[in-house]
Amino acid sequence: MFDLFVLPFCIGVLALLVISVVKYWLWISKFDGRQRVVVLRNMLSWKFLPAVWEAVRESLLHWRITKHNVILGYMHRSLAFGWFLLIVVGAVQAILACPDGHPFYVAIFFNYFEPRSPKVVPFAQAPLYAALMDALLLYVLSGLFLAMFKKIWSKPLGMKKTTKHNLTDRVTKAALWSIFPLRLLAEGATSANYHNGGFLVSAVGDLFTAMGFENPVFEYQLWLFYSLALGIFFSLMPFSRYMHIFTEVFLIYFRNLGVTEGHKKTGYSMFEMSACSRCGICIDNCPINRELDISNIQGVYLLQTVRNKDLWHRAEAIANNCMVCGRCSEECPVGVDLATIRRQVRTESNRSVDNPHGYGYLAKVHPFNAIGRVAYFGGCMSRLTPGITEAMEKIFQAAGQPYWYVDKEQSICCGRPLLQQGFIRQADSLRRKNQEMFAQSGATLLVTSCPICYQSFVKEYNLNIPVMHHTEYIKSLIADGRIKVSKGAQSVTYHDPCELGRGCGIYEPPRTVLKSVATLLPIKEEAGKSLCCGFNLGNTTLGVEQQALIRNAALDNLLAPSPDVVATACPMCKKAFARADRAPVMDVAELVAKQLV
Amino acid sequence: MNKFGFNIATTRSINLDSANLSKSAALQELVPSYRYCIGCGACSATCSAASMTDFNIRQVHFKFSRGQYDGLVDELNKCMLCGKCVLVCPRGVNTRALIINMRKLLEE
Repeated sequence: MFDLFVLPFCIGVLALLVISVVKYWLWISKFDGRQRVVVLRNMLSWKFLPAVWEAVRESLLHWRITKHNVILGYMHRSLAFGWFLLIVVGAVQAILACPDGHPFYVAIFFNYFEPRSPKVVPFAQAPLYAALMDALLLYVLSGLFLAMFKKIWSKPLGMKKTTKHNLTDRVTKAALWSIFPLRLLAEGATSANYHNGGFLVSAVGDLFTAMGFENPVFEYQLWLFYSLALGIFFSLMPFSRYMHIFTEVFLIYFRNLGVTEGHKKTGYSMFEMSACSRCGICIDNCPINRELDISNIQGVYLLQTVRNKDLWHRAEAIANNCMVCGRCSEECPVGVDLATIRRQVRTESNRSVDNPHGYGYLAKVHPFNAIGRVAYFGGCMSRLTPGITEAMEKIFQAAGQPYWYVDKEQSICCGRPLLQQGFIRQADSLRRKNQEMFAQSGATLLVTSCPICYQSFVKEYNLNIPVMHHTEYIKSLIADGRIKVSKGAQSVTYHDPCELGRGCGIYEPPRTVLKSVATLLPIKEEAGKSLCCGFNLGNTTLGVEQQALIRNAALDNLLAPSPDVVATACPMCKKAFARADRAPVMDVAELVAKQLV
Repeated sequence: MNKFGFNIATTRSINLDSANLSKSAALQELVPSYRYCIGCGACSATCSAASMTDFNIRQVHFKFSRGQYDGLVDELNKCMLCGKCVLVCPRGVNTRALIINMRKLLEE
């Protein structure tokens, strides 16, 4: 059971196997110490089970994409799950038909060898299997049809803009797209000569017969082309976006074990980057694309350029032109940690100037004594919105809660703005200073008004006291009856700050508080889909005019139900909206302070 | 010693024809809003680092644009990049981008 035409396929599979094994081995060997410990500790634990389930759900069934758009989900599912079933059912078919064993490629070219080789014997369910294989091929072809349709008109599949692919990706895609039609034609040509195959293949065979193509040379050429398409696809796969097919499974496994990205690029980052299928869902979700029509800086292009050393300058520019609002990751079907990979590029780019020696002056900031009190950290930005800090002081007093306003006189930044730009060592020296002061203060709780500081305290700091954003704190004060509020007549819409909502998952406390002091109106894009206020510190490229356009879009969304007040929970968002002067903007704390009874 | 942040400046002259303005020109390319600055000093007034040191971003900007690069690296290292200066700037100068890029240019 051998014919020369199977060689391209065999070489392709061998190339794919060797290159993938080498690549994966290299990446795993480049995990950093922390990541290795996590893998070794959890490798054989029960965490394996959720990983298997997630791999089936995402890599085969494409559940997250289906949630994004049903037709798009069907398209990906039919290609991935359909092809997977085609391989599995094909392999079973070959095993049943060849009781004496067979070379692995026979399963792929079964219809060619079936009538020709004496080793292939008819088995009881053979017609059933032929029909099943045809049904699966039809399933895959329906997905392929949708993929081609999407190329012409992507909107019905839930995508306004699609990714611009590079040459390798386009060639590989051409090979992939030709595999399934060629398979149908080749099996059809065999059917014309030998009358095998199921309902679909024999129909194509009958068509060939009617057209007079009962020709062994024609048939052989089609099988050769089919094998070539497979060979080209498999050998280009490790160098193209289709590497995501296998890499995503590895990524899901490592992620379920608890591996996370660090400040520096490691082998795990390579898994994340290669698991990106370059589907381009991140493009439509990006406010910079939506409002400024800049569609070459989104996650998909970041991951594409950052892997290529020649494109490093491009990667730096892309990494800096992002507000890190996290709207892309929210929808990413693979769940790539885009914000951290962006930060890794920034870290690499700013490494030479990341110098913490300028902060000698911090030694002069003395620790404070707040034993038994709540430490209130306004944050740098709150100094520009004194209404928020005044409201918080009023609330503390109303609750009879002794507090210490940490940064009333001298404010040390929490370090997150530095961290976001990749100044790791500088951010760390600010973190250590603050951490030391909080530890020595004897405070029982840390409350902050700034979501940036909040995220920093929760994720970067190692504090021995609990941390709360002021919306959480006010919620607990109201729930415990320590402050009493009256429900005002005004209606409000709530803007989810990126750092608080998508960053820390705090969606509910501000809403609960708002409902007790005002009428909260629903808006179109909120919670996980909320729009960035545009003035996020994450971006160092956009000009003020551009930021204002992004802000206006967020305001349009907030003002659509004509609220009396736009509420938010972030001093920076408040400042950004207040500058537009289109509606009164108030922080949740200010609204509560106004309604205190 | 600074008294209320003010003291009498020593007399000096800058010859812009002989000054090395190469870095300033490069910065202009990198951060277009660089030239919008009118030197109002709002950035320095709001600066967190300025409340604890004599760091003065307006002065750094002034010196940089006139090619007087000496000592600026140490000054810029005091910045905590908190970004208040960006929000208060009446001219929309991207001061954070300026600081990061100045540091990179001075390092070259």
